[in-house]
Amino acid sequence: MAFLPNIIFAIVLILGIAYFSRNVKKLIRNIKLGRDVDVSDNKSQRLKNMAMIALGQSKMVRRPIAGILHVIVYLGFIIINIEVLEIIVDGLLGTHRIFSFMGSFYGALIGSFEILAVLVFVAVVVFWIRRNIIKLQRFWKAEMTSWPKNDGNFILYFEMVLMALFLIMNATDVQFQDMQSGNIISQHIATWFSGFSDGTLHIIERSAWWLHIVGILIFLNYLYFSKHLHILLAFPNTFYGKLTPQGQFNNLKAVTKEVKMMMDTNVDPFAAPADNGEVPAKFGASDVQDLTWVNLLNAYTCTECGRCTSECPANQTGKKLSPRKIMMDTRDRLEEVGKNIDANNGEFIEDGKQLLDDYITREELWACTTCNACVEACPVSIDPLAIILEMRRYLVMEQSAAPMELNNMMTNIENNGAPWPYNQMDRLNWKNEQ
Amino acid sequence: MSDIVKVPTMAEYMAQGKQPEVLFWVGCAGSFDDRAKKITKAFVKLLNKANVEFAVLGTEESCTGDPAKRAGNEFLFQMQAVTNIEVLNAYEVKKIVTACPHCFNTIKNEYPSLGGNYEVMHHTQFLKTLLAEGRLTIEGGMYKGKRITFHDPCYLGRANNVYEAPRELIQKLEAELVEMKNCRRNGLCCGAGGAQMFKEPEKGDKDVNVERTEQALQIQPEIIAAGCPFCNTMMTDGIKAKEKEASVQVMDIAELIANAQDL
Repeated sequence: MAFLPNIIFAIVLILGIAYFSRNVKKLIRNIKLGRDVDVSDNKSQRLKNMAMIALGQSKMVRRPIAGILHVIVYLGFIIINIEVLEIIVDGLLGTHRIFSFMGSFYGALIGSFEILAVLVFVAVVVFWIRRNIIKLQRFWKAEMTSWPKNDGNFILYFEMVLMALFLIMNATDVQFQDMQSGNIISQHIATWFSGFSDGTLHIIERSAWWLHIVGILIFLNYLYFSKHLHILLAFPNTFYGKLTPQGQFNNLKAVTKEVKMMMDTNVDPFAAPADNGEVPAKFGASDVQDLTWVNLLNAYTCTECGRCTSECPANQTGKKLSPRKIMMDTRDRLEEVGKNIDANNGEFIEDGKQLLDDYITREELWACTTCNACVEACPVSIDPLAIILEMRRYLVMEQSAAPMELNNMMTNIENNGAPWPYNQMDRLNWKNEQ
Repeated sequence: MSDIVKVPTMAEYMAQGKQPEVLFWVGCAGSFDDRAKKITKAFVKLLNKANVEFAVLGTEESCTGDPAKRAGNEFLFQMQAVTNIEVLNAYEVKKIVTACPHCFNTIKNEYPSLGGNYEVMHHTQFLKTLLAEGRLTIEGGMYKGKRITFHDPCYLGRANNVYEAPRELIQKLEAELVEMKNCRRNGLCCGAGGAQMFKEPEKGDKDVNVERTEQALQIQPEIIAAGCPFCNTMMTDGIKAKEKEASVQVMDIAELIANAQDL
């Protein structure tokens, strides 16, 4: 029975990782529901963007307070996770602090983890205060109720508890405290437990150790259900982010083909279309499958920080449009489609719903000024504008459902080459006007 | 201010078997909008003054398709683009300057993959090179010491990372360049982009141009400088809404430079 803890540990570890991998597979499948898009160009620039924006957090620190706090939590979390490696080895082999043979180096390592743990704890408390006491506007917008609001807080609680467990585990570890190396913070916490017997301390230490590793596994599996996925997806998302100037919108190839045919005088306008079994492409997007997989990756990457929405001119002036909501809606609809596929043996059964109208309203789409403030603001290269444009394309080209004034504008361009009803022959009149 | 301007067309150049150094893409606002026409004239006067051999397309110019594309009408956009590209390529145009950031962005970024490859400059960039080449000099004149703020057009700034050329020109006027809290890449839109110019805004509690005008008024400028005919309209309307017409003017950078020289 001496091996029982090792066996339990192995089972917990395998279950935790297996369930997570299962969900990652689902995530990849869902993202691949999007249209294909070629992003294989400029690998070196893409790697550079990923290094600067995701790893280097270059856009996070544009808002210095949130940025620096975030860098602390981010660094803390990555570095402290080295400790998880030791926990896993200890758990599987039944050893205790197997890396401690490294002596003073080990002490320095754990000591720095302890300092980071305190910093992370403090940063997370400040984050919580910003959300719940100061009530920063961007965390209290219309889309930030119920689950998104709770999700944000759950993550903070998780991190507080994990950091606290790490410090308590060290503080109640008699052997570790006796080493007198690396207990830079925990030696002070140890004084809280000074009246306890070694047996009790051992029980507390073991409990903290178990809760810490189980907590990490739970947190890992929580990611898929949470906005917190950004800790993983920020990397591919910044890699696949837009490289062209922000003002450049893609030219639809299917349209180019048709326009070229219309302009070609050799084509017989009355000829029946060549029957090559091709279904004519749908223009624009009314549902998630019409978006590109990069758009869908964007949606899963969004951590709902709301910097986009706080910079959006439409949102600032009280319009319904919120770029963050565009991303959240896209993700929520994609999840719904994914669950539909799961429930129907891998096939999507029409559910009478779509991204347009059921999630994103026309009023939101038409309020956008395409100013790119949201794109500029996003710390992880998400492009809400690309989704807005695709949905406008669907409304205009598939449904002819533009607002009337825009239809007038477009009719003018068609008829006289200007958005206003002026004759093209009058274009140079300004030259002679006084 | 004299109103005699030389505005040759590409057709006239072609008839003489010559190529101008640059094509001035006037744009729809610059051709038809009463306020924007003044910007067009001011820019032409500067081109005349610097002896730039330029030409316009005149009646052969047509909308670039920007508002159609951003409204979602890719068909109409590409029809316009392909037609314009045919005209531009027939004249073997190499270099284009325009005073409209929307035309600038569309021709520069969205025409190449449809067969239109040109060197495209915003008029503030072009004026800056004229200055650097010594073909144009800027004097402060009437704007010396005035408080001027620059409103970044989205399609010049964020969209294409052009932030400095317009500012350098304002500084050449010996004016006091003051920045709004939200400037450069954080600049707030005037509210006209994405085809909003042509429709009423959605329901909200304020108009975007009023919000932006308030941001400008906070720093008490005497002049709000613009680099886009649509921004110009929106900011002018904003100033009217705040009843500040008497103390604050909205002017294009080309107008400031032309006025400073009494052109």
